[in-house]
Amino acid sequence: MRLSELLRFVTGSLIGARTRTLLMLLAMSIGVASVVVLTALGEGARRYVIDEFAQLGTHLLVMLPGRSETTGGAPPLFGETPRDLTLSDAMALPRHRSILRVAPITVGNAPVSYANREREVTVIGATHAFFPIRHLTIGSGRPLPMIDPERAVNVAVLGAGLRKELFGKQRPLGKWIRINDRRYRVIGILSSGGQSIGRNLDDLVIIPVAAAQSLFDTPSLFRVLIQARSQEDIPRAQAAARDTIRERHDGEDDVTIITQDALLDTFDGILRALTYTVGGIAAISLAVAGILVMNVMLVAVSQRVAEIGLMKALGAPDRQVLRLFLIESVVLAGSGAIFGLAIAGLGILALGQLFPSFPIAAPLWAPLAAVAVALLTGLLFGILPARRAARLDPVRALSRR
Amino acid sequence: MIELRGIERHFQVGDERVHALNEVTLDLPSGDYVSVMGPSGSGKSTLLNVLGLLDRPDSGSYRLDDVETTTLIEEKRAALRRSHIGFVFQAFHLVPRLTAADNIGLPMMLAGAGPRARGARVREVLESLKLLARAQHRPDQLSGGQRQRVAIGRAIVMRPALLLADEPTGNLDRHAGSEVVALLESLNASGITLVIVTHDPAIGRRARRQIRMVDGRIESDSVDDAPV
Ligand SMILES: Nc1ncnc2c1ncn2[C@@H]1O[C@H](COP(=O)(O)OP(=O)(O)O)[C@@H](O)[C@H]1O
Ligand SMILES: [Mg+2]
Repeated sequence: MRLSELLRFVTGSLIGARTRTLLMLLAMSIGVASVVVLTALGEGARRYVIDEFAQLGTHLLVMLPGRSETTGGAPPLFGETPRDLTLSDAMALPRHRSILRVAPITVGNAPVSYANREREVTVIGATHAFFPIRHLTIGSGRPLPMIDPERAVNVAVLGAGLRKELFGKQRPLGKWIRINDRRYRVIGILSSGGQSIGRNLDDLVIIPVAAAQSLFDTPSLFRVLIQARSQEDIPRAQAAARDTIRERHDGEDDVTIITQDALLDTFDGILRALTYTVGGIAAISLAVAGILVMNVMLVAVSQRVAEIGLMKALGAPDRQVLRLFLIESVVLAGSGAIFGLAIAGLGILALGQLFPSFPIAAPLWAPLAAVAVALLTGLLFGILPARRAARLDPVRALSRR
Repeated sequence: MIELRGIERHFQVGDERVHALNEVTLDLPSGDYVSVMGPSGSGKSTLLNVLGLLDRPDSGSYRLDDVETTTLIEEKRAALRRSHIGFVFQAFHLVPRLTAADNIGLPMMLAGAGPRARGARVREVLESLKLLARAQHRPDQLSGGQRQRVAIGRAIVMRPALLLADEPTGNLDRHAGSEVVALLESLNASGITLVIVTHDPAIGRRARRQIRMVDGRIESDSVDDAPV
C-alpha cells in the first residue's frame, strides 16, 4: 500500500471516530504545548539572568576580602575576614597592563534627608571608575569627579527614584542633602529605570569611597571591581590582582576574586538544569497522552473488529494490519503534536506581549524534542493495540454481529 | 480446482468439544456452482471458512490449484486469499465510512494498486453491477440489495477464481435476494467457481450441485444435470 493512500485511509478512520480523535488531539497537544512553553519560560529565565550579568559590566572581576574555599565559586557567606581590603590595596592594582579600571566600593545603609523628607537607602562609596565599569548613565549633572580616591569630598550622585522622593518637582543639582549627620552636595542624577541583579539602582546614593569610609567609620572595602582590558586579559588580570594583594598582605592569599564568567557559568548551568527539569516534568504529560493514545486505539480496535476481520479476509497480511494501526496512532500523536506546537507558539507570543521585558523564547531543541517524544509515544503505545488487531482471528471477527 | 481430503475441525466450547467438520472430503472443479444447505450449526460456515483459507483445519488436506494450503505460512495464505478468493457475507461487512467505490476498491488498495488502475477497474465493476450512480454513496445511503451488490463488487474486483457466499440473501427481502442470486449466477456463468451457503431451498435448488451437511458431515452431494 502506498504511503499517501495509507495516510488517507488512516485519516479517514480517524475522522470516522471524531469525538475520540478530537479528545486525543487535545491531550497530545496540551502535552506538547506544555513542554514547549515551559522550556521557553526556563530558557527565558536563563537569558534574563545572563542579560543581567552582562549589564553588570564587561570583562569584570570582583575582589572581596576573605579567602573562599571554593575558588571561583560563590562568595564566602560566613567566616572571618583575616585582613582588611583597603583603599591603598585597591589603588595598587591599576599598575598592571591587563587591568583597565579599578573601582573600590564600600556599601552601607543610612538615612538620607533633604528639608523635612527622609529615606533610608543604600549608600555606595565609589570612585569615578564605578560609572563606566557598571555601565551607569547620568541623567543630569555629572558623575563622581576624577579625583584622588583618598580624598573625602562631600558630593553625591542620586538614583532617579530617590531624587523624586526627596526633591519632588524641585531642582536637586547643587542642593545639599544630609546622610546621617553629614552634608553632601548633589552633583548628578542617574538615569531612571536602572535595574541590576538584586538591587534597584533607583533607590541609592553614590558618594566618593573615602567619604563613605569616614561616614561608616571603616577602613575596609566591601568589594573592589576590576575591569580587565579584554576578554583574554581576564585571567592575567586575575593573577596580577592576586599577586599584588599577596605582596601587600605579607604573602597571605586572603582575598577572593570572582570572574564574571565563572559566575555566569554557574548560573547558566543552574538555569539550564532548571529548564531541562521543567521540560522533563512537562514530558510526563506526554507520556500520559501516550497512555491515552493506547486506550483510544484499543477502543478503536474493539470497535473495528469486523473491519479488521474483513481486511484479513480480503488478503491483508497480519503485518499490514499491524502497520495500519501503528500508523494510525502515530498520525494521531503527530497531528496532536502539530496542534500543540501551534498552541505553544500562540502562548509564547501572548506571554511575550504581556511581559515584554522577559526574553521568553523556546530553545530550538524543545519543539523538536516534544514532537519526537510525541511520535515515539504514539509508536510505543500504539504497538499493543496494533498487535491486538493483527492477531485477531478473522473468522470470529467476522461472525461477531 | 479444489480438493479436500479428510478435513477435520474441532472447537472447544467450555467443556464440550464440537466436531464442526467431520471427515469432509470434496472435489470442486473450476467453474462449479455449488449450494451448501443443512441445519444451523451443521458446519456450513466452517466449511466455507476452510475453503476461503480463513480457517485452518485441524487435520486433512486442502489442495487449491495443486498447492497444499494446510501447511502454508499465514502470509502465503493471505496472498492466496487476496488473489484467488472472494467472500460475500450475510452481514455485508462494508466499511461504513467509505463510499461504494472505495469499498469496492479496498482489496486493490490493500494490495498496493495505484489510484489510477484502481479507479478504472472499480468503474468497470460498478458498471457491471449497475451501481455507477451510487459510486459516491456510503453504505448507510444504500438499500440492502445495493449493499450486497457492492459487497459482491468488492469480492470480484481482484478477479478471483473462487467466490464464497455465506447466506448472501439472509438479510434481504425476496426481491433483493433473487437479484443478488441472479448476479452471483451471472458471475458463475462467466467462469467463476461459486459456493453458496443458504437456508432457502428455492435458492439451493438452483445450483448445479447441491451439498447437504448434518453434524459436520456431508450427508448428501447430488448433481442436478438439468439446471433451471
Ligand atoms: N470459533 C468458534 N468457536 C467455537 N465454536 C465454533 C466456532 N465456530 C463454529 N463453532 C461451532 O461449530 C459448529 C459449526 O458452526 P458453523 O460452521 O457456524 O455452522 P453453520 O454455519 O452450519 O450454522 C457449531 O456448533 C458452532 O457453535
Ligand atoms: Mg453459518
